[in-house]
Amino acid sequence: MDIHEYQAKELLSNFGVAIPRGAVAYSPDQAVYSATELGGWHWAVKAQIHSGARGKAGGIKLCKTYREVHDAAKELLGKKLVTNQTGAEGKIVQKLYIELAEPFEREIYLGFVLDRKIERIRVIASAQGGMEIEEIAKTSPNAIRQEIVEPAVGLQGFQARELAFGLGLNIKQVARAVKTMMGAYRAFRDLDATMVEINPLVVTKDDRVLALDAKMSFDDNALFRHPNVAEMRDPAQEDPREVQAAEHNLSYIGLEGEIGCVINGAGLAMATMDTIKYAGGTPANFLDVGGGASPERIAAALQLVLTDRNVRAILVNIFAGINRCDWVAKGIVQAYHDVNIKVPFVVRLAGTHVDEGRKILRESKLPLIVAETLLEAAQKVVAAAKSFKPLPA
Amino acid sequence: MSILIDENTRVLVQGFTGDKGTFHAKEMIDYGTKVVGGVTPGKGGMTHLGLPVFNTVKEAVTQTGATTSITFVPPAFCMDSIMEAADAGIRLVCSITDGIPAQDMMRVKRYLRRYPKERRTLMVGPNCAGIISAGKAMLGIMPGHIYQRGTVGIVSRSGTLGYEAASQLKALGLGVTTSVGIGGDPINGSSFLDHLVLFEQDDETKAVLMIGEIGGPQEAEAAKWVKENMSKPVVGYVAGLTAPKGRRMGHAGAIISATGDSAAEKSEIMKNYGLTVAPSASELGSCVAEVLKKKTSRKVS
Repeated sequence: MDIHEYQAKELLSNFGVAIPRGAVAYSPDQAVYSATELGGWHWAVKAQIHSGARGKAGGIKLCKTYREVHDAAKELLGKKLVTNQTGAEGKIVQKLYIELAEPFEREIYLGFVLDRKIERIRVIASAQGGMEIEEIAKTSPNAIRQEIVEPAVGLQGFQARELAFGLGLNIKQVARAVKTMMGAYRAFRDLDATMVEINPLVVTKDDRVLALDAKMSFDDNALFRHPNVAEMRDPAQEDPREVQAAEHNLSYIGLEGEIGCVINGAGLAMATMDTIKYAGGTPANFLDVGGGASPERIAAALQLVLTDRNVRAILVNIFAGINRCDWVAKGIVQAYHDVNIKVPFVVRLAGTHVDEGRKILRESKLPLIVAETLLEAAQKVVAAAKSFKPLPA
Repeated sequence: MSILIDENTRVLVQGFTGDKGTFHAKEMIDYGTKVVGGVTPGKGGMTHLGLPVFNTVKEAVTQTGATTSITFVPPAFCMDSIMEAADAGIRLVCSITDGIPAQDMMRVKRYLRRYPKERRTLMVGPNCAGIISAGKAMLGIMPGHIYQRGTVGIVSRSGTLGYEAASQLKALGLGVTTSVGIGGDPINGSSFLDHLVLFEQDDETKAVLMIGEIGGPQEAEAAKWVKENMSKPVVGYVAGLTAPKGRRMGHAGAIISATGDSAAEKSEIMKNYGLTVAPSASELGSCVAEVLKKKTSRKVS
């Protein structure tokens, strides 16, 4: 789960990370009010969306007067921002963060990730902040410094010091950078984050070290023990179909193709999508109905798949392990009646009691196309999608 | 022969008295697995499915001589149950549980390393279908009847895709020595490599089918090992050619986040290391059949 910049800063500051003063605003008037409350002469008006690279997309405006704050807020609120991370559909700005803007001398990159290769937390720092880490890694890999955290004892002071001195900071700045690193690490560990990125971490003329931007992602599997973090979820930033899927405990990802997929198991789902492509089609979605595959779940899955107007045929591929094919077949027949299906519908069942399951499908007298193997199912659904002529709406 | 488990393996069920534990313990016993008891804290002294229930794994190990356990423990408590098994001297823990926090797994793996190699616990899973040695024993939640006894080893991240492979093999008259599901999480107890090493040592296994997915470095690491050390043919497959970058495809671990994570890249790596790569998931069985027909063993470089 991702959260907004202002939320990440609030969490990090609870762990001792210094941040510039700021406030959330939902309207231009609120933005101006916040600027007056914050004091100072310069403010950054920052669009709150779940994406990096907001600056390049015009989502961050530096303002020198209250008038400018007002106009920047007016322009940004409700605007669709398209960054290199949001995809073409972009994300709508519904909140702003108004922050006191101070001049700074240096920009540093600081990141923490749960590295699955080494199965430990990796700390990454670079003297070239402000850029994306992938870019730094490409252009100047030597500028990147890393430390690996031993899980039994956590990040040690000497490791943070090595990073800080390595960045070429002076002694006053080192002490503050170490405090920031230790705080961000504790936030990472205590809140079950999977990623914390402070980019840039800036150094001011008077040797203060401030997190000017912050991003955090969390382990969905651990949200049960962090209700305060779980509460920060912003469904408005997520694909509405994925939100709807999550309500039914389904795992759904919308794609660009024309063949709707309903499959049990994430691996089989991906393999089925690949086989569709192998047969000359393109999948419209990833959808894992999970182990249960009850009539209700299949009906919910079909409804979800059909909200995508590009879908010209549906493939249901269920490998019944513990549950039985005859039971799954009954569920499919019931779901077919419950959901208004106008596109070709291919079903492939495999596993326990497969013959009984196919018999139920055949005897249902529904216009189902039954396939026996994975390849046959893919070929049939691709052919059906190609020959399907939708009725004029 | 088979790897990890056989008909003599003495198995404990952790989370024995819960719905899932009960259901799958029954299935495992029906398959012929030697389940010797279970653990549910607070229910020690009870008898469940005709078997003794213990409060702690240590007690259960002392009383039953169990060497292996399977956990049906909810995600919040699963880390604790795996460490408890390791501490009690259990040599193989298989965790079916889906939804264990990644940092818990990080700690579990660190914890397992505190024991000397001779008594260290091997963990399989989490978020997996388990292990089956066809016709001998089942330590998992798979439909046992799709696995026919034979000479092919299977190691797969996905459960249902592993079933698909086993049934394709069966349809071709081929069988399985042992099938291992290593699970779909970002941090697994054991990797492809761990199990390839065991299959290489198993006399009965003539070929191995390795079924990967997008995300993580495991497939590449295993393929390299195959090239350098394995005498038996390995057929590889990586699911997720159509997966977009940065999106989690159901499994917590199935996400393309770094270079080398995509299915196309991993398939290419496998090919470069001399593995036979199945062009699609519908040809898992036929590729293995072809490799077995050739009968020439791989040259170890």
